[in-house]
Amino acid sequence: MLELKNLHAEVEGEGIEILKGVNLKVSKGEIHAIMGPNGSGKSTLSKVVAGHPHYEVTKGDILYNGESILEMDPDERAHAGIFLAFQYPVEVPGVTNTTLLRESYNTIAASRGREELDPLEFDDYIKEKLSLVEMNPDFLERSVNTGFSGGEKKRNEIFQMAVLQPTLSLLDETDSGLDIDALRIVSDGINKLHGDHDAIVLITHYQRLLNYIIPDHVHVMINGRIVKTGGKELALELEEKGYDWLESLETVNGEAK
Amino acid sequence: MSETKALESMIGEEYKYGFTTDIEYEDFPSGINEDIVRLISEKKNEPEWMTEFRLKAYRAWVEMEEPSWFNATYEKPKFDTLQYYSAPKNKPKLNSLDEVDPNIRETYEKLGIPLDEQKMLAGVAVDAVFDSISIFTSFKEKLAEAGVIFCSISEAVQDHPELIKKYMGSVVPARDNFYAALNSAVFSDGSFCYVPKDTICPMELSTYFRINNMNSGQFERTLIIAEENSHVSYLEGCTAPVYDENQLHAAVVELIALDNAEIKYSTIQNWYSGDENGKGGIYNFVTKRGACRGKNSKISWTQLETGSVVTLKYPSVILQGDNSVGEFFSVAVTNKMQQADTGTKMIHIGKNTKSTIISKGISAGRSNNSYRGEVKISKKADNARNYSQCDSMLIGQTCGAHTFPYIESANPTGKIEHEATTSRVGEDQIFYLQQRGISEDDAISLIVNGFCKEVLKELPMEFAVEANKLLGIKLEGSVG
Repeated sequence: MLELKNLHAEVEGEGIEILKGVNLKVSKGEIHAIMGPNGSGKSTLSKVVAGHPHYEVTKGDILYNGESILEMDPDERAHAGIFLAFQYPVEVPGVTNTTLLRESYNTIAASRGREELDPLEFDDYIKEKLSLVEMNPDFLERSVNTGFSGGEKKRNEIFQMAVLQPTLSLLDETDSGLDIDALRIVSDGINKLHGDHDAIVLITHYQRLLNYIIPDHVHVMINGRIVKTGGKELALELEEKGYDWLESLETVNGEAK
Repeated sequence: MSETKALESMIGEEYKYGFTTDIEYEDFPSGINEDIVRLISEKKNEPEWMTEFRLKAYRAWVEMEEPSWFNATYEKPKFDTLQYYSAPKNKPKLNSLDEVDPNIRETYEKLGIPLDEQKMLAGVAVDAVFDSISIFTSFKEKLAEAGVIFCSISEAVQDHPELIKKYMGSVVPARDNFYAALNSAVFSDGSFCYVPKDTICPMELSTYFRINNMNSGQFERTLIIAEENSHVSYLEGCTAPVYDENQLHAAVVELIALDNAEIKYSTIQNWYSGDENGKGGIYNFVTKRGACRGKNSKISWTQLETGSVVTLKYPSVILQGDNSVGEFFSVAVTNKMQQADTGTKMIHIGKNTKSTIISKGISAGRSNNSYRGEVKISKKADNARNYSQCDSMLIGQTCGAHTFPYIESANPTGKIEHEATTSRVGEDQIFYLQQRGISEDDAISLIVNGFCKEVLKELPMEFAVEANKLLGIKLEGSVG
């Protein structure tokens, strides 16, 4: 579904390289976790896949269902089924959650030749999705992320994911800012949304999320590259040992380069 | 049709009101002097007192200096070559729609304002002003049944001289300012509305102003009087053709609300705004003021200012009556090379008077957008309250937003609150919405509509959809 080939990316116009040759392959039905210390390039990776204009791909390629998406605008990538749950969801004052989601849902539906929903149909549709993340219906009429607590914002991202039904979801530190109950609710929601036809990439610092959402593969990213890949037990090992022992691994690779 | 769909259907449309109507004009000399002023008065068959009113204003104007204190630079209008009166040659005073020049009727149809009463928006009476002359006032009879007078100012001068004498110039005196003085001398036409005691005007009143002639200025006057316990809602819309030359629009609007009366005045201003390099466009130098003369009266201004190359406009309220209320809700959008210096004045004189100011300025392109507002609480205005909120939004890196609040309180019981914010439509905000499948232009529309929501909801329902579309078109492609 998603294949990153020797992906290099830098901050547009500043020449600071952040991704230094990432290789990754994600197939349908899989859950991948990308872990790593602060500043290793995990969040950048998710933004680059989603097409953030702040970053420029200088080398390598991003293949989605076998085709390069480098030339596609962010909205076109969204139409193709790529969803990014933001680490810091953006506030849009004066625009209600319902308004945004109906626009999103219908635009994506239209681009895929699916039927659009009128306001009443849509109302029924989202109310049903609310229960998935145990959110209060009042919340639909509030402005997007405006005045939301950190936890509400994160929950809202997963709610949007439930409404839009993407095929590839990149969840950027969705667990941070959630208390233990919210973490369980959000994780349950993600597990229910996941099936054989979609894939999830979790970006996280902590192993605790992976107690709730069991990954098929765990990757460790350090200094712009994936330095180690393993099964779910790798996460536990990291929890115990930290990243130091891998940083040396990265340095060795760095010198060998 | 969803909001965004409506916007999509407009995509790619440049200024669509920029066409010219080919009609014959009455000959009229250009330039200004006492003879010209007399000639205008004569053309309109005015009584002596009206001619005198004009001449006094003209003499005052000659002594005045063109102001330059605002935050805008432009080439001054050439007052000596301007044409101060411009009227289609066909008989201006009409008894039925059939007599309207078919070209003019077509113009209004292109603008989406069918004068045909059957086709009109339910419950909206329209007065259409083409260049200087009021073309037709629709629904006149239905209004007359309710006792509401809605006609052109010219007709009112003839038919209701006692009201004109009593109220014209009583809120905006001829000497008030340079442009008001000029208007008072040469005003050509405009709308007049009188709502009698204990009357709720049965429909929205609306005037559409259209400047067609290239060299003419438009100097219309609007006068609205709401007697005790009456209520009226009025909307004006403005468009003009695309010309390379600047055209001057210097209107005066006066509102008078007596005891327990309420006037709601809304404007959608979409004059031609000039091209990318600031060539052409309308100079919109307008004096608008309302007087809450009676107890518990209320005047509310709502404006959506999107057009004109330069706008200088401060719709104000003088809160004379005890417990009177003044409101100002404004969205001012500037793009390309537009400059807007707009805001309001709330002058508290009566006791327990209350005013609210909500101003939303949106700047894009290389434009400059300033809010200028004055809140004054006079000595006798016990327990006066004001709340002001001025928010600016910047789109792109080359525009400017400024706020100039003036606050003056001579009464210790007064309460004044002022809040101001500035935000930038950022890459991250647009990226977030794009990531949710929404195109860049639609994302900007959505953000801007959200930003203006508090003001847009004050517009009469029939026009709210228009307003949303207009914002979308104005900011098309303004990022990236």
